[in-house]
Amino acid sequence: MQLKYGKQGGVLRVALSGELDQHAAAPLREKLDALIAEGADRIEFDMGGVNFMDSAGVGVILGRYRNIRRRGGSFCVSGAKGSVDKVLRMSGVYSLCTERGGK
Amino acid sequence: MKNYLRTSFPSVTRNEALARGVAAQFCMLLDPTVEELSDVRTAVSEAVTNAIIHGYGSPDGTVVLELESEDGLLTVIVSDEGRGIEDVELAMRPFYTGAPDKERAGMGFAVMQAFMDSVAVESEPGKGTRVTMRKRFGTDE
Repeated sequence: MQLKYGKQGGVLRVALSGELDQHAAAPLREKLDALIAEGADRIEFDMGGVNFMDSAGVGVILGRYRNIRRRGGSFCVSGAKGSVDKVLRMSGVYSLCTERGGK
Repeated sequence: MKNYLRTSFPSVTRNEALARGVAAQFCMLLDPTVEELSDVRTAVSEAVTNAIIHGYGSPDGTVVLELESEDGLLTVIVSDEGRGIEDVELAMRPFYTGAPDKERAGMGFAVMQAFMDSVAVESEPGKGTRVTMRKRFGTDE
């Protein structure tokens, strides 16, 4: 699991790649929460490079959604392909995505 | 042709990738589509993770992965001798999780059911859990 990120005006953009399972979940969670704590009111996940993800990945994504919501922020997930997209869709993750400002 | 493989490994999350890799390699003999292969990888990862996290919750356990194929029908059995599940029906309900503190999504069984043709769970508290999943290959258009 690799992570690339950029921050601009409170928007944290995270590009994930590799395999996101329970083994990868804990270190990823810590890293993302540290980045959010540094100051972010929006997190945007680019899942384009993720070639495997199971429900452990959904747990990480939903956990960061809750984290950013607690700060009054918003969230978006995009770019997922194949079975990664299927897992995200059936978990209802896309329905939580909003524009910046909570629309 | 009938084929089978039985393997076991310690209950550590590092082995999730190993287990789905073994399952995917076994499936290569069934001439799978890309989608069929990733379906099996995902379902196996869910079942193995459940055994590791919920079945044992420690690295001292052994997870058994059994794969069988005959005439395009794949059977995957993931079993553990861990804590077992009190209420299988509840555990299989989408968004229910037995480990809310671990930030699990509660989607494991739902994913297995979505990605395989059938999923059966046998469990006894204190004895362990056995998940049997089946998928017929070659049905994609």
